Amino acid sequence: MVVLELDRLSCHFELTPGFVDRVIKRKPPSYIKAVERLSIAIGEKEILGIAGESGCGKSTTCSMVSGLLDPTEGDIRFRGKSILGLRGDAIKDYRRSVQMIFQDPYESLNPRFRTVDIVAEGPRALELWDANEIEQRSLAMLDAVGLPSGKYAERFPHELSGGERQRVGIASALVMEPEVIIADEPLSMLDVSIRAGILDLLREMQAERGFSSLYVSHDLSILGNVADRLLIMYLGQAMEIGPAEEVIRNPKHPYTRALIGAVPIPDPRSRRAIPNIRGDISKPIDPPPGCRFAPRCPYADASCSNTFIEMETGAGTLHQAACHRLAEIDNAGS
Amino acid sequence: MSSSRTSQRFRKLRLALREHYRIINSNKLSQFGFWVIILFTLVAIFAPWIAPHDPWEMTYDSNGNFASLRPPSWEFPMGTTHLGYDLFSQLILATRTTLLIGVVSGFISIVIGANVGLIAGYYGGKIDEVLMRITDILYGMPFLPFIIVLIALFGRQLEFIILAIVLIIWRTSARVIRAQAMSIKQRQYIQMAKARGASDLRIIYRHILPNVLPLLLLYAAFNIAWSIITEASASFLGFGDGETVSWGGMLYELWLSGKTRVAWWWFASPSVCIILLVTSLVFVSRAYEEVANPRLRKR
Repeated sequence: MVVLELDRLSCHFELTPGFVDRVIKRKPPSYIKAVERLSIAIGEKEILGIAGESGCGKSTTCSMVSGLLDPTEGDIRFRGKSILGLRGDAIKDYRRSVQMIFQDPYESLNPRFRTVDIVAEGPRALELWDANEIEQRSLAMLDAVGLPSGKYAERFPHELSGGERQRVGIASALVMEPEVIIADEPLSMLDVSIRAGILDLLREMQAERGFSSLYVSHDLSILGNVADRLLIMYLGQAMEIGPAEEVIRNPKHPYTRALIGAVPIPDPRSRRAIPNIRGDISKPIDPPPGCRFAPRCPYADASCSNTFIEMETGAGTLHQAACHRLAEIDNAGS
Repeated sequence: MSSSRTSQRFRKLRLALREHYRIINSNKLSQFGFWVIILFTLVAIFAPWIAPHDPWEMTYDSNGNFASLRPPSWEFPMGTTHLGYDLFSQLILATRTTLLIGVVSGFISIVIGANVGLIAGYYGGKIDEVLMRITDILYGMPFLPFIIVLIALFGRQLEFIILAIVLIIWRTSARVIRAQAMSIKQRQYIQMAKARGASDLRIIYRHILPNVLPLLLLYAAFNIAWSIITEASASFLGFGDGETVSWGGMLYELWLSGKTRVAWWWFASPSVCIILLVTSLVFVSRAYEEVANPRLRKR
């Protein structure tokens, strides 16, 4: 059963040229295509990982799904119903069901709110329960994420450590009893030593409450560990999708191969082949319609930049890559 | 459990009060300003009981002579006017009027300024454009012709003087609060509030407002100071309320009497009071400004 479905979702930002260019030279505006025709389906209790370098559209996707940003094209469906253009109570229901955990726990907690108020804010804003119950549930939620409410409820964010702050952020998302959690790099701003604790907490909560997750990260080792399925993105396009184990052990797409080849190995003596990738990550300003990785890809030919490949993204376990030349690459590789 | 949380709340309140105490005590000038304000407030509250005479009572000295234009003495601590009014009593009752006008118009103007600034800064776009153009128009409005028209239309009453002051003064706070709201709007915790389902109004008043509060306090103090000065100049020019005494009004009477060169005590006391109260307010707001703007902090 598909819980959340993104259907060919695109997000473009207009870059307005300067006044002179616009009025005198009649230059048309250019577009940053942050996310391009991205289709994902997340099943019940599934954890879908999204990986990619910075600027690949991971966070833009999260913002669109959590309703902070309106997509330019495409559709978001929650349990089969489109949520775009919903107003009033209908959107309230969606807001409650899909909750986001933010990346930066130092920036995402209001400095003037006590922790209990931060956690209670969502239920209060949506008037989910009466005041007393909201308070009780928020305190219980703080306990559940490992912050004993007797000690932590009245504190302000500046009185908490980074890990504790992220726990508050998690509590404030989970107190709404959501069906989908969108986690936008929830560990990246934390110290390595406390990441494990937060990761365990997320896992434990997932097992206990059975929500689905969209887990965004640039850290493949964490994703391989947590996610059921993995989606690899590059400059706003989906490159490869499949069961996490499969994608990491047996990557198909040249970009995925390079990405996985670049994961650091904590052994200074280990040497490995440098991936055969040219150039630098470019900017997605008015890109050609085809594969955005083509300019850097060692296998690319002229047709790669011209046609877009759409992948089957039903909640199945199919492993696929958006590459025109898979057959050739397979032959060359093995 | 709940009792321990109530006691924790009290602890937070005590901490907050201690914080304000620390801010005010952080330098000598703000400390001085704070006590001057307290003193004037007490005088304003108890004015009718402190003043020895009625403000428009012709006084006689102990020998039974009409006390006209007397310099300060034990009997008339601040001297008398040419009509024998006791200036000390006038000054004390005027404190009440001045403080009332200052606090009321300072408060109303900060409420208007904060709301306009928050709404313009948060929504941006057309709403911002309209509200800020209105503010710009008010910036182009010279005070005196404005108050003359207003008083000519409605008469010399306290309410309309307050109205005129408020309409002129809210513009600065609106601009500053707007700028602050625009910057806070970009912060991630506002995004988080939005993702949690908070409505626009909830975000403005529950999430942004507490974060502009230090700035708001600062501008509240500034607005009070400006209202007092504005009221004094309006009264001095004869646009004050004729029914009540105010510091500016006392100076106006002096001007009318034509005794400016003779009766130094008559102009000294209201002027000193105006200067003292306004500078005290500025001193205290400077201390708060250091909190609102950490770059001013001494290192």
